[in-house]
Amino acid sequence: MMRIKKRSVIPGFGLSVGFALTYLSVIILLPLAATFIKTADLSWTQFWSAVTSDRVLASYKVTFGASLAAALFNMPCGLMLAWVLVRYDFVGRRVVDALVDLPFALPTAVAGISLTSLYSTNGLFGKLLEPIGIKVAYTPIGIWVALTFIGLPFVVRTVQPVLQELEPEIEEASATLGASRLQTIRRVVLPGLMPSVLTGFTLAFARAIGEYGSVVFISGNMPMRTEITPLLIITKLEQYEYAEATALAVVMLVISFALLLFIQIVQGRLQRRLGT
Amino acid sequence: MSIEARNIRKHFGDFTALAGVDLKVESGRLTALLGPSGSGKTTLLRIIAGLEFPDVTDDPNSGRVFFHGKDVSDLPTGRRSVGFVFQHYALFKHMTVFDNVAFGMTVRRRSERPARADIAERVRELLSLMQLDGLERRLPDQLSGGQRQRVALARALAVQPKVLLLDEPFGALDAQVRKDLRRWLRGLHEKLHVTTVFVTHDQEEALELADEVVVMNNARIEQVGDPQEVYDVPASPFVIEFLGNVNRLESGTGKLHVAGKDTLYVRPHDVDIRRDYDGENALPARVLHVFSAGNYGRVTLRRLDTGETFEAEVPRDRLSELKLADGEEVLVVFRHVRLFPKGKFYETDIG
Repeated sequence: MMRIKKRSVIPGFGLSVGFALTYLSVIILLPLAATFIKTADLSWTQFWSAVTSDRVLASYKVTFGASLAAALFNMPCGLMLAWVLVRYDFVGRRVVDALVDLPFALPTAVAGISLTSLYSTNGLFGKLLEPIGIKVAYTPIGIWVALTFIGLPFVVRTVQPVLQELEPEIEEASATLGASRLQTIRRVVLPGLMPSVLTGFTLAFARAIGEYGSVVFISGNMPMRTEITPLLIITKLEQYEYAEATALAVVMLVISFALLLFIQIVQGRLQRRLGT
Repeated sequence: MSIEARNIRKHFGDFTALAGVDLKVESGRLTALLGPSGSGKTTLLRIIAGLEFPDVTDDPNSGRVFFHGKDVSDLPTGRRSVGFVFQHYALFKHMTVFDNVAFGMTVRRRSERPARADIAERVRELLSLMQLDGLERRLPDQLSGGQRQRVALARALAVQPKVLLLDEPFGALDAQVRKDLRRWLRGLHEKLHVTTVFVTHDQEEALELADEVVVMNNARIEQVGDPQEVYDVPASPFVIEFLGNVNRLESGTGKLHVAGKDTLYVRPHDVDIRRDYDGENALPARVLHVFSAGNYGRVTLRRLDTGETFEAEVPRDRLSELKLADGEEVLVVFRHVRLFPKGKFYETDIG
């Protein structure tokens, strides 16, 4: 023991890295590998027709489109919420702070059902929106609402600690140099927050792509219009088309992984430019 | 541009940061606000800068800040023509050195903004003045502490401020860099002659660098004067204790010609040690410890009448003349003594 300690400043490298990789394999890689293996039951043509049928293509569009829209929407709104929670002290701040985590804890089905009852044509919001011609429940807008709901905490919780660390002197320095409040926020504050905002966006986006529970209630699940890919996978499973189901999963995996990798690279660039 | 602050009061909750402070700084001077932490010096500086606002009072003449006779109390900080340098630099981390220094010029309204080429020239001029040539493209994280502080100074000077305010400018630097920067700032001030106020808790820094020292304690100004004056003629027990080494003794026996139990202050270099003395003002004392390094020897002594210990600073050659041994009895004469009975102050020269 003593000899190892002498050689390395941080002992236990082999042990901890070994554990981490094994854990990652068992928890993530193994199930994923199983998906790929199961998919291999299909021939190439079968695979191709399974993942490119019109109904499936429409579901990709709904899933990725609504997820992207929700994550994009959560970016400024989550940032604003984090800002208010960090910068201002007001009565009930702690309660608001705790509320932010609620979408994490709530069973997604509960969220889906309550959102549906609120936004359906005789619901509290739906009643108000119907006269002006906006239908939320059982439309892509409904899916977007559900995905916004579940994605919000990701942005708030990633931005909050960074915002807390931001020295107020930076803003004061900007003000003494004659910058307006808007210029200070745009040129001094936001660039420093961008990496964390992007992380929050990525997490919210990734979570939305995989979301199932809250969406199936509010979307109405109409093929070609409001059917999300995870629901299609469940449908296939129920029809005992296991290989087709995993084929869809594989496509989702590949697309998600490519998107996440892309965002990661963008973020790395951004961070290097910030010199952090 | 001269600065005047009139009757500034500031509370943070129950804490009194400034209890009615008046300050006048003449144009072109380098002034130090000196005091321990919590004395209100940084708050005063921030109020002058417009980063903090004094408590509102009924008296319209109270809580006001004037630059060159003009009331700037209601102007936002960006319109006061001040350059402010923060203790921890507060550089914009995502911007290069160049962009940091240019920032103040680039945020101006389009009609007032200098042309791009003029900005670049001004930045380069400032960087070379700060001896930062060739570092334009670096990010703040790639600079040393001393370099960062100079970038912060260049950034503050880029907007051509009428008043330069520095909050503990050398506080976060190590001793050697601190000394160099201090000397260099003095030189810079002589070149630019911008009215400058800096905050420090380091008396050596204040005495060495400033034209005028404002000693603060407990939300008030204790004394204002040039460095020699505040050192030689301290106005209060606080000032004498805060500036330099001093022995604090009871006047004790009547030998010092002072009645009652007053507090007596004597600087170690004003203590004379003798083997024999025929005057009245000598005190018997015992040598406890002798240590000499450099030109001066440090002698720790104990008064035989009150039992208090105190220190003397004796020139090396005098020390070798005396040949003091630990435990030996000697006579001590205080050349220069200050007494503060009940908060009042007078001074006697003895010996």
